[in-house]
Amino acid sequence: MSVAMLSKPEKELKASVVKRYKVGIYLGALSAGFIFFAVLMRGIATLPLDTSSLTWFQSWLNNVSDWIGNNQNSNPFFTFFINVIRDSINAFVTGIQDLISQSIGNNASPLIGWLGIVVLLSFVAYTVANIRVAILVFVGLVSLGLLGFWQESMDTLALTLAAVVLALLIGIPLGICAGLFPRFEKVITPFLDFAQVMPTFVYLTPVTLFFLIGPASATIVTMVYAIPPALRITAVALHEVPWSSVEAAVSMGSTRMQALRKVQLPQAKRTMVVGINQTIMAALSMVTIAALIDAPGLGKVVVTALESLDIGKSFQAGLGIVILAVLLDRTTTAAASKVDAENSHLVSRVRHRQILVAGGIVTIAALLISRIYNWAGNFPGTGVIGSDIARYADDIVNWIQNHFVNVTNSITNGVSYGLINPIQNLLTNSPWFITGFAFVLLAMILGGRKLALISTVCVLGIVGTGLWSDTMTTLASVLVAAIATVAIGIIFGVWIGRSKRADQIMRPMLDAGQVLPAFVYLVPFLGLFGATRFTAIMAAIVYAAPASIKLMADGIAGVPASITEAGIAAGSNKWQMIVKVQLPSARRALALSTNQGIIYVLAMVVVGGLVGAGGLGYLVVAGFTQLNLTGKGLAAGLAIVLLGILLDRITQAAAARSTLERTK
Amino acid sequence: MISVRHVWKVFGSNPAQIIGSPDANLSRSELRNKTGNTIAVRDVSFDVAPGEVFVVMGLSGSGKSTLVRCMTRLIEPTQGEIFFQGEDILKVDEKRLRELRKTRFSMVFQHFGLLPHRKVIDNIAYSLEINGVSKEERHHRANEVIELVGLQGYGQAYPEQLSGGMQQRVGLARALAVDPQVLFLDEPFSALDPLIRRDMQAEVIRLHHQLGKTMVFITHDLAEAVKLGDRIAIMRDGAIVQIGTPEELVAAPADDYVANFVQDFPKSQVLTLRWIARKPELNEVLTGPILPPTVTVHNSMRQIVESSVPIRVMENGHLLGVVTAQDMLSVVSGSEF
Repeated sequence: MSVAMLSKPEKELKASVVKRYKVGIYLGALSAGFIFFAVLMRGIATLPLDTSSLTWFQSWLNNVSDWIGNNQNSNPFFTFFINVIRDSINAFVTGIQDLISQSIGNNASPLIGWLGIVVLLSFVAYTVANIRVAILVFVGLVSLGLLGFWQESMDTLALTLAAVVLALLIGIPLGICAGLFPRFEKVITPFLDFAQVMPTFVYLTPVTLFFLIGPASATIVTMVYAIPPALRITAVALHEVPWSSVEAAVSMGSTRMQALRKVQLPQAKRTMVVGINQTIMAALSMVTIAALIDAPGLGKVVVTALESLDIGKSFQAGLGIVILAVLLDRTTTAAASKVDAENSHLVSRVRHRQILVAGGIVTIAALLISRIYNWAGNFPGTGVIGSDIARYADDIVNWIQNHFVNVTNSITNGVSYGLINPIQNLLTNSPWFITGFAFVLLAMILGGRKLALISTVCVLGIVGTGLWSDTMTTLASVLVAAIATVAIGIIFGVWIGRSKRADQIMRPMLDAGQVLPAFVYLVPFLGLFGATRFTAIMAAIVYAAPASIKLMADGIAGVPASITEAGIAAGSNKWQMIVKVQLPSARRALALSTNQGIIYVLAMVVVGGLVGAGGLGYLVVAGFTQLNLTGKGLAAGLAIVLLGILLDRITQAAAARSTLERTK
Repeated sequence: MISVRHVWKVFGSNPAQIIGSPDANLSRSELRNKTGNTIAVRDVSFDVAPGEVFVVMGLSGSGKSTLVRCMTRLIEPTQGEIFFQGEDILKVDEKRLRELRKTRFSMVFQHFGLLPHRKVIDNIAYSLEINGVSKEERHHRANEVIELVGLQGYGQAYPEQLSGGMQQRVGLARALAVDPQVLFLDEPFSALDPLIRRDMQAEVIRLHHQLGKTMVFITHDLAEAVKLGDRIAIMRDGAIVQIGTPEELVAAPADDYVANFVQDFPKSQVLTLRWIARKPELNEVLTGPILPPTVTVHNSMRQIVESSVPIRVMENGHLLGVVTAQDMLSVVSGSEF
């Protein structure tokens, strides 16, 4: 027996070495085989479909959408359930809009005029954060007005607030349940994963089917996107509370409620505020995208401008979104660290209270003034500064286009002909069963039989939507952008992971990059590269890179000192350290950053449908605007989801595999 | 005061089926491999007398912390009975259990378990607070206990501003605030450095003399067990191997495991003359100084060495035996016992 016991781990070790070696061979053989057959049988069974023609599935979806439209006001499911939700959310949002953005009745201004809002929000920023943030909020809000987008900004803010309040009302209690009951957490996790992996773009249409176009739909899609972070972080916050203090409370006879209220929640407060920050940023990002389904606000200005290729205007509105994002992010981040400060008891109470009272009086005065005087109610001026900025942006873009047209064109053409076109041709001209089979084999190699089954379902599902060819077009862009993203992720990740100074310089920029709503990224690239898929790919790379870089940097920095020291002691030079020690030790981070990169890229590439990127994203947009294409848009959304699941699962399996190998 | 009867705690998927089955006799690793279950507490029974300090000692993983949690049902035992003043606390409902926890039992934890967001005084007053005591009254009481454990002047501090030893004083004060009848201390001083630990042990002895609380004290440190315990239970693999006074454990270990445990302990500090007195030999002089059998070897050392003839150990006028310097040296050097 002892002999068997000894040789067992050895056998396992051998098996894993052989297996890893084999996986490399398999993957190589798979790529070679795929290219060979794809070229050999090119043009066969590529399943192309004209934009205007429909498959039976897409017509059926059209019929479903018609049926819903016709029965909206008669079917009890709608009149007693969906419409009730819609009306209440509409009322809630309209209430907030009346308060801060939309003029009500005969009044020219909303209930609170601009001066009132500026002072009130600055005061709120002071109370939850500090004086610096309050000044930032003041300046930021005023500059929104000066940009000429006061009402649009307030609309965006109103929608964001409404969605955040509702998302927190649902997310925090569920998060508490998930934090207290592991079983509930286990059940709910896959749904959260799904909601976060899905490109935000795709649930716009289905939601509008049920809730019609308007504030309710915008709020609901935003909630879908904003609830997961609220829920997850609340659960994490409760997990972080040391068990010993909970146990102590129970040993003293606390009820479960008392332990929660007096012990767990107070200690979880800081992390929960971080969760609120994440929720707000997610909501803002989604509210701007919801402009596609007619949500009012800055996003709508960007969409309209993008569609008419008005760079200046879209830049102007994009700047507004950035300002709003910075204000919300700074305020909530500072609020989180203030919770810390309160816990370490550094705040002088008395002085603080005096300032609060004074601030309160000023705020009330400002609110009254903004009700009484028109100059304090409606933001004065006509946004001259904003138009100037738009004009400058236009001028700069024109100048660049005039002087660097050769550069930008040669970049566009070089990448298009050198990289995108070959990949796109390969994928769109390959028979669907060859490409599909390649996916299934890849899944089989990386994740085994179960994953192969999931992949088969996804591939067949995509074929079923009738949009195989468009999916391949999108996939080509995704692959190109993902390759670039991962390359950038590795280069910058290694740099940041190896140098503390690089980390200090880059990290705030990366954080800022992640805060900005996806939309904003399209604007500068549209100016430089025009309405092409290249613009979408560039925007996707910039959008996805921060997440990729951060994961990679954390992975490199997280390589245990004992390993790096051993590498240095063995006399490795810098390059050998990176290639032979740090990157192999950070393999899991590499796989994870690839996974995140692909998910982010996919989300952005489909948004790129707005600026001429073709593929599935374009069909989704067409579905919003052309009634007879609604079904096709829905089918495109479904295809995006299936493609997303396929890419996510396969890259996750790769990540899991590298963890497994490392623990062995 | 407390009677523990045949208590079992089995972790795993179907714990109740293990007890009474042949599997229960397997060793821990065998059982885990076979069924996936782990026996943390195995058929444990003992009594704790009022005012007694009862120490449960064992290495890590021996089940001692699980046992003490079973006694207040922080962990539900799988089987058995635990009587507190005649009431089986394993049968009481949630409400009564909370009442017992609020008023009769208190616990002190290894990692203190203080609430970081509350001041010292509010940590101490926590259980009074959930008992519904008014703020004024509970702060009054908390200040009393603060004085009792020597934390004067720290009431307004936050736990993280205190050293480890001070934090555990807060833990003690919190446990004493409700004037409980039993204190459960789960390795309360293991996280402290040795000097502080000695101070805290002295503090517990002092509090015990002053308040006379019944205590169940968990430790992995034999010196601590001997110092504090009226009686000590030694646990191994979830079962109690031996229960006895420190003297009994050192003098008459039940098996090799216990013997191994006490082997390096300075026996002269625990053993009394009763254990080393031997029958006088025929030609020995029986006129030496007289000592009672309850004196420890350590404390009688000087007299034994200075006497030229054997010491007589007498109890109620009876001669129990004699002790010479030779006998004593063999105990001190560890060659005997």
